[in-house]
Amino acid sequence: MSEVTTFQFKPARPAPVRSEGLVPWLRANLFGSWQSSLTTIVVGALLAIYLPKFLNWVFFAATLTTNPDECRAPGVGACWGVIKEKYRLIIFGRYPFEEQWRPLVATALMLTMLVVSCIRWFWSRWLAAAWVVALAVFFILMYGSLFGRLDVFGLTRVTTDRWGGLPLTIMLSTLSIMAAFPLSVVVALGRRSHLPAIRTICTLYVELIRGVPLISVLFMASFMFPLFMPQGVTIDTLLRVLVGITLFAAAYMAEVVRGGLQALPKGQTEAAQSLGLSYWQTQRKIILPQALATVVPGIMNNFISIFKDTSLVAIVSLYELTGTLGLALNSDADWRPYKLEGYLFITAIYFVFCFAMSRYSLWIEKQVNKSRLR
Amino acid sequence: MTAQSNTEASPIITFENVNKWYGNNFHVLRDINLEVKRGERIVICGPSGSGKSTLIRCINRLEEHQEGRIVVDGTELTDDVRAIDQIRKEVGMVFQQFNLFPHLTVLENLTLSPMYVGKLPRKEAEERAMAQLKRVRIAEQAHKYPLQLSGGQQQRVAIARALCLTPKIMLFDEPTSALDPEMIKEVLDVMVELAKQGITMLCVTHEMGFAKAVADRVIFMDQGQIVEQNAPHEFFNNPQTDRSRDFLSKILGH
Repeated sequence: MSEVTTFQFKPARPAPVRSEGLVPWLRANLFGSWQSSLTTIVVGALLAIYLPKFLNWVFFAATLTTNPDECRAPGVGACWGVIKEKYRLIIFGRYPFEEQWRPLVATALMLTMLVVSCIRWFWSRWLAAAWVVALAVFFILMYGSLFGRLDVFGLTRVTTDRWGGLPLTIMLSTLSIMAAFPLSVVVALGRRSHLPAIRTICTLYVELIRGVPLISVLFMASFMFPLFMPQGVTIDTLLRVLVGITLFAAAYMAEVVRGGLQALPKGQTEAAQSLGLSYWQTQRKIILPQALATVVPGIMNNFISIFKDTSLVAIVSLYELTGTLGLALNSDADWRPYKLEGYLFITAIYFVFCFAMSRYSLWIEKQVNKSRLR
Repeated sequence: MTAQSNTEASPIITFENVNKWYGNNFHVLRDINLEVKRGERIVICGPSGSGKSTLIRCINRLEEHQEGRIVVDGTELTDDVRAIDQIRKEVGMVFQQFNLFPHLTVLENLTLSPMYVGKLPRKEAEERAMAQLKRVRIAEQAHKYPLQLSGGQQQRVAIARALCLTPKIMLFDEPTSALDPEMIKEVLDVMVELAKQGITMLCVTHEMGFAKAVADRVIFMDQGQIVEQNAPHEFFNNPQTDRSRDFLSKILGH
């Protein structure tokens, strides 16, 4: 071997800057190929034709009058007066009109708790305690007493069949999500248990529930369940429906969670076992944090669909947001023609909630993936 | 701990006619008889599928054996969960794929078991963890996440993690097989150091240099059986069976 030379490494340099301008952007994104150009032109033409009409209907030709006769005049667009006239019925349903401050306060409390629970700084044992208190306050306000016994609050009693609108939507979805999520984790773990009895029960539960539409679950909860109860025993319809939605949602979510469990390499469990961790310690500290992190998008999908599926309770005579819209407009011949405006109104409400959930899920994804960033 | 298990002479691990099958047909361990002395350093080698990983995984019950007896430090391995927990506290294990917990920092990986299994307060667990990280020369990475480290660093963290429960026995399952060539040495150095400190070691590896340097005994396995066992010097220079001669010619041949 001859003389050894010192190898000269080239210094690292930054990546070249990509040219960003309107014309290159257009060329790259909208007119990259003839298919792309054609699509751009067709979509552009459709927008040019229909967008002005739509905007005109929604804004420029719209009216805020609460007089239905004025809405019927030719050339008038959306008649937003229907919302002005009916918003209390749409939002609070058949809850007694003069008592509607109660669902308002109760719902505001619930929404505050939901927002607070999303903020990392508040994640502690106190949050769980705060939820217990908040839910108690919610039911006292809504019902007028706790467990139907303590009437010390001086509120008139409002039975659950008169609850409705947004408070009902939010209460049903919050409670069923809060109950269904832990249940789904337990069922998912159960389906992977090495104890055959537990595995069979969990598999049966998931397959049975998945084989039935939510509507029939609600029907069963609402109409069939009471037939099997002994005489004199009644359970509130709302509670039965809540349990129905929870059981339904948990079955679907359990499969999503199981997917996350399946994706983890076996070595994680083995490492935890070799360190002497018990089954539950292993699940809680090692397996679930990783498995749930990988299925955040799927779980959020389930949360959003629970939120919207609550509208199906209308078929068992509970009127949440979608139901109260029908309630508000069907009974009033003057305003019945303006259902479209009403639907756009509740669409906006649903969208705000669903969009917030989906943005929050993106934030959570970023948080849980921090350990994977270099 | 029974009194008899503490006597110097009694073996720390005993296999008596151990048999194990995967499924109905794959007889992975066949009539294994083995005694490991306290502080003994054993290297197990053999072709893939010979049952060497399964053998050491039986010692901390990551695998169950169907026939025979395995006694670890005076406790027999049965379905008794408490016995298994007891043994796992005394047996540390290092895996081929490191198996660090990617969602926890290096320090959290190390303190987890001392805190939840050993019931140590956090502060004490962290002190112990930092001492082990220093021992494997990686203390400055304590607050990083495992996937931010190189393979060699990850494996050293895994060794430190196994040491945090102050085990009497360390099991290594091909600890350098998943590493880049340049990183093998840093892991072997740590293992050599550990071997000098008198801990009982069972190591599945094909690093024959390591075997020559530290092993008291080399065990050669094939088809679920112990074909030959001998002191490394004897085994490498004077293999007793044609099977081990053939194996050695293949791994040392180039």
